[in-house]
Amino acid sequence: MKPSIVPLGDSAALIQLGETIHPSVNQRVRALAKRIEASAVNGLIETVPAYTTVLVQYDPLILSFAQLKNILQEKIDQTDESASRKPRLLEIPVRYGGAYGVDLETVARHLHLSVADIIRIHSAKIYTVYMMGFMPGYPYMGELDSALVMPRLETPRARVAAGTIAIAGSQTGIYSVESPGGWRLIGWTPLILFDSKSESPFLFSPGDEVKFFEER
Amino acid sequence: MSLEIIELAGLATIQDTGRAGWKKFGVSSSGAMDAFALRAANALIGNAPHCAAIEIGLGSAVFRATSDCVIAVAGVGFALSIYLWDLPLWGSYYVRAGWTIRLDKLDSGMWAYLALLGSVQTDPILGSASTNLRARFGGLDGRRLQAGDALKAAQPSRARSDLAARIVPASALPAYSDRPVLDVILGPQEEYFTPENIAMLMSQTYVMHPTSDRMGYRLEGSALTRNEKKELISEGMTMGAIQVPQNGQPIVMMADAPTTGGYPKIGTVASADLPLLAQCVPNKSAIRFRETTVEKAQKKYRDQITALEALARRWA
Repeated sequence: MKPSIVPLGDSAALIQLGETIHPSVNQRVRALAKRIEASAVNGLIETVPAYTTVLVQYDPLILSFAQLKNILQEKIDQTDESASRKPRLLEIPVRYGGAYGVDLETVARHLHLSVADIIRIHSAKIYTVYMMGFMPGYPYMGELDSALVMPRLETPRARVAAGTIAIAGSQTGIYSVESPGGWRLIGWTPLILFDSKSESPFLFSPGDEVKFFEER
Repeated sequence: MSLEIIELAGLATIQDTGRAGWKKFGVSSSGAMDAFALRAANALIGNAPHCAAIEIGLGSAVFRATSDCVIAVAGVGFALSIYLWDLPLWGSYYVRAGWTIRLDKLDSGMWAYLALLGSVQTDPILGSASTNLRARFGGLDGRRLQAGDALKAAQPSRARSDLAARIVPASALPAYSDRPVLDVILGPQEEYFTPENIAMLMSQTYVMHPTSDRMGYRLEGSALTRNEKKELISEGMTMGAIQVPQNGQPIVMMADAPTTGGYPKIGTVASADLPLLAQCVPNKSAIRFRETTVEKAQKKYRDQITALEALARRWA
């Protein structure tokens, strides 16, 4: 599709680059967000890259929507130089099941697989962080093997511990801080995903590649 | 310049104009629910617009000055008294050590801002003093304020009496009301709704549900029926965005809203009118929407801020 730039209110614009979740669309989303941020135009506040869109937040006291749209159109038209850069790979130790991965057995039963199968399939693939959202440092990763696709819980849990590994639909994620949650919980990692007082507060960045390995 | 909290019935947190630059990592912007009132409170005492203040909401609060202070109080829904006097909101005041500052909650309005000359001191986190209650950081240890908390000015300076005795005239205030009409810029997902639904959004009166909070204001009216059954792919959101979940009852994203969302957005409340919405009261305010354009909304917002800046220059 031809990229579109539309207003989201009077202080944000939404750029849409595709209509389906796809690695190449998401790659273009992240590259465009980086180009926009690098341009350091006065009045640009920040970008939020998601699966198929880039949200651009701006200061309407400095830029009008028409001015912003011209700047964004230029950025869309520029050639993408970051495409060839290889993403970094993060290896995440996981304790599957146990006190945190409380849904592991239910998931196995529901999918007619053994617990060992779930662990093997979930840790076999290299995932991409398509987007971050929900809570600080929470990575939305895909695509999950189709054998593991399950809907969210009907009633979200009031409390999920930080570090809990979860799946929902074709995505997998890790709860970055203790929060409510509706995804199915299959394991836990001791890694810290968000530390507000650290110089590098976030473990993940959009575009990272992620591989899980079982830690017993 | 320092204060102590003596009593607190509602929700009080430290907020500034919000946390910018971290939404891509899932960090909400937070910040003042009524950004105009915060800006006005800062302008009254010559603070920079982004300075941190105490946001007081939902219930009454009592402070005691533990040293001489210059403060400004701006907002809607409170009766202010300092020492022996009842005083208007949207004013700056000199408070002597030992005096109490009372903010008694009234029926209308929700949020008030108590600004301290030289900004309220905090350890800024990710570039902002704002409290993020959900992720428990920012402000004072990431939590709501409570009785016994001591707050002081970030830049100690002598209390200057010449900064007190200023009032923002009513003509410079947004049209705060129990029956506000809010400008809305349609889109970006208006194709998920029928033209009848959009007409309905613009004509019916909404009531705010009591489960509304700093994350989102839940509105109740006749349900909007969505045109398309397909689900939206999650995308970035902003304060003021009107999400419509399957039940057809709009949720307006507020200061603590998540950075992304997957419900279609029928429109977004104009920046100049967000303060009017922020000050609405559950089960009481009668909220209506009116269509506007981006250009008109931006002009209205610029006019609102320019008028306040002009006042600040006159005071300086």
